[in-house]
Amino acid sequence: MSDPFSSNLSRRRFLTLTGAGGAALLLGACSSGSKSKAGSSLSAQATSSATGSASAVASQSGAASASASGLTYDGPSVTLAFWNGFTGGDEPFIKKVVDQFNSANPKINVKMNVYQWADFFQKLPAAVTSGSGPDVAAMHIDDIPTQAAQNVIVPIDDVAQALGLSADSFAPAVWQGGLYKGKRFGIPLDVHPLVYYYNKKVLSDAGLDPNKPPTNMNDYMAALDTLKGKGVQGHWMSPFQFTGGFTAQSLIWQYGGDVFDSQFTKATWDSDQAVQAITWCVDLVKKGYSPKNVGQDADYVAFKNNKNAFNWNGIWQINDLASTPGMQWGAMAIPHLGSQGGAWGNSHQFVVPRQLHADKDKQNAAKFFISWLGEHSLEWAKSGKIPAEKSVRDSAEFQQLQPEATIAQDLAEVHFPASVAGIGDALAKFYDAVNQAVLLKSDVASVLKSSASQATKIMQDNAKKYG
Amino acid sequence: MTVSERIVVRRGVAVARRAGPVRRNARATPYLFMAPYLVFFGIFILLPALYGIWISLHDYDYLLPHKPWTGLHNYVQLFTPGSRDSGDFWNSMIATGIFTAASVPFLVVCPLGVALLLNRVFPGRTFFRAVFFAPYVLGVAVVGLLFRYILDPNVGLVNYYLDKLGISHDIPWTTALPWTWISLVGMTVWWTLGFNAIIYLAGLQDIPRDLYEAAELDGAGKWRTFMSVTVPGLRPVMLFVVTVTVLASANMFGQSYLVTQGGPGHSTRTAIMYIAETGLRQFRQGIAAAMSYILAIVLLIISVMNFRFFRQKERY
Repeated sequence: MSDPFSSNLSRRRFLTLTGAGGAALLLGACSSGSKSKAGSSLSAQATSSATGSASAVASQSGAASASASGLTYDGPSVTLAFWNGFTGGDEPFIKKVVDQFNSANPKINVKMNVYQWADFFQKLPAAVTSGSGPDVAAMHIDDIPTQAAQNVIVPIDDVAQALGLSADSFAPAVWQGGLYKGKRFGIPLDVHPLVYYYNKKVLSDAGLDPNKPPTNMNDYMAALDTLKGKGVQGHWMSPFQFTGGFTAQSLIWQYGGDVFDSQFTKATWDSDQAVQAITWCVDLVKKGYSPKNVGQDADYVAFKNNKNAFNWNGIWQINDLASTPGMQWGAMAIPHLGSQGGAWGNSHQFVVPRQLHADKDKQNAAKFFISWLGEHSLEWAKSGKIPAEKSVRDSAEFQQLQPEATIAQDLAEVHFPASVAGIGDALAKFYDAVNQAVLLKSDVASVLKSSASQATKIMQDNAKKYG
Repeated sequence: MTVSERIVVRRGVAVARRAGPVRRNARATPYLFMAPYLVFFGIFILLPALYGIWISLHDYDYLLPHKPWTGLHNYVQLFTPGSRDSGDFWNSMIATGIFTAASVPFLVVCPLGVALLLNRVFPGRTFFRAVFFAPYVLGVAVVGLLFRYILDPNVGLVNYYLDKLGISHDIPWTTALPWTWISLVGMTVWWTLGFNAIIYLAGLQDIPRDLYEAAELDGAGKWRTFMSVTVPGLRPVMLFVVTVTVLASANMFGQSYLVTQGGPGHSTRTAIMYIAETGLRQFRQGIAAAMSYILAIVLLIISVMNFRFFRQKERY
């Protein structure tokens, strides 16, 4: 999850850029991007002199109780450092929310630093160890256990309690994901699952109903056959983690398997169900429903260029597709090709990095910031996310946000990465195996078997290391 | 001017400056001149390098309080077939070797040709010098993204035009061997050719003109002049170019990180990539440090051989 191009954010931005066209544009945009990556992009300083802000605070505090609860903040003026990896297409959205917060809350000045996720996980631990870590940060659900085990972030059960947050306020799986060894380290901000994009133009050109994309195995294969008859390869199968590896993982769950055993002592992606699932992916290539050797993101680029009918990709692509002129597309939850529902998903969560010197006011301000952002996560959701908080998901405004709202109805089917320290090292072996199999370099069953046994070894090492 | 007069003159200058003359031959002088650099070299290179040896003898994660001493275990692991890292590590070393062996000849020869051309007098010479150097100023991220799209097997420009020309339309430039190596070497040559060319150009301009005139008077042809004047004249420059290029190629990271993601499988994952992954992502700094030392020793041996080779040739 941590290389710059597997970060969905930078990826999307880069796809947007390349979608826009010429090499010159690409060069210009990238060189400016690499500059902003090196430096830190501060959000607008809170010049909270706006007259409107006072009334906003008043209305906030009217609805809330004491300051320590985190629902309001009335301590002295403080500055909070907020670090995250929301680069690319996400950056304008998080900036907007933080700016809103700053102008609504004159006493708290949030200074935001945005890093590439890959840099983020090198900088954050180093900053925390030297006592200059931020007051609040955001990270993916599967990074939490490793960072918690390494004492980079601290338990925040008290924050959750003070904010009155519980499993009921969120989807259960995403709430559980913020736990490590029974303690809460993360408070969910959003959910971003793998979703099913269909190209309406390609479907109608092939004589298929563009408004009724196939949602089960028989229909899906029938549609692929029809498309193949018209010379269209309908499901380009990516051999890469983004997003072929996520596709493969989703199918394992749909076929009734899982990637790890319930105690996380070993990798189980060599099970019959998993072999069946990955074989289906490989057969897309073998039977000509997908070209061979699909490059990184070529599946998505082909989809945007009306050369590919179906693309299983992150929900974060929604804005990019919406802003592509002439694009006729739809999106819904992943179809049920196996015996049950199942989709890969991840979640951004708020965490509190360890401080060498605790500052009570900053802690209270941070609590208030987390709670405020959670309540105002609708604005953030517009970057192509599903708000984690149930109240926001149920709000009329979110219900109008399509296709996100419809996709959110299947949230219960979303599987999140396991809350085990160092699990990413083991999962990397799975993505390797999928890569080998989809590129037709290795036999499915044998490559899954050998990679699972390597992963099991890694998990045993990690269990020893992180305890 | 007598000796005493000279002393007087020097004294006079000294008095005017109100400071003693620089004692150029004092014992401490050279060290004082080098001191600023030595301080930085010591703090940022020497000390970390030595500390790395210490790290490599532990199961080291700088974030965990417990860093067990493991002695030579990390090194033993790397040389034990079937251990968690040995297979992947040596494959990455082989990948580094393949890339170095494939790229260095091109990066040594092509820039020389370019430099010879650019050393001639012709209209627009400065412009072309800039053109050949231009790619070098681009960051690896830019070059990587650019080639990822140019070389994409299904939607890339190269295959599109090959198809138009009726040659082929589905060469897997970035997803299958040996094409990935051809792509990586090709883009690296395009990208860094300008740097070596500029160095050669400087070297060419250092060769005394009278040697060429003498060769001409002796009736030497173009080839003979090249072999007997240009090549020997460039020998020190070539030693530098070869050494630096070998090290740069052995440190290749960005190109395969961006274009092939180390794939297909891990066949283009270089040693540096694997070390970074192990140390900075899996937080296993002990074994990553051990790998770095093995890589460093291998590069040291190659550099020494390289120096020997060029020195032998110098005695002709």
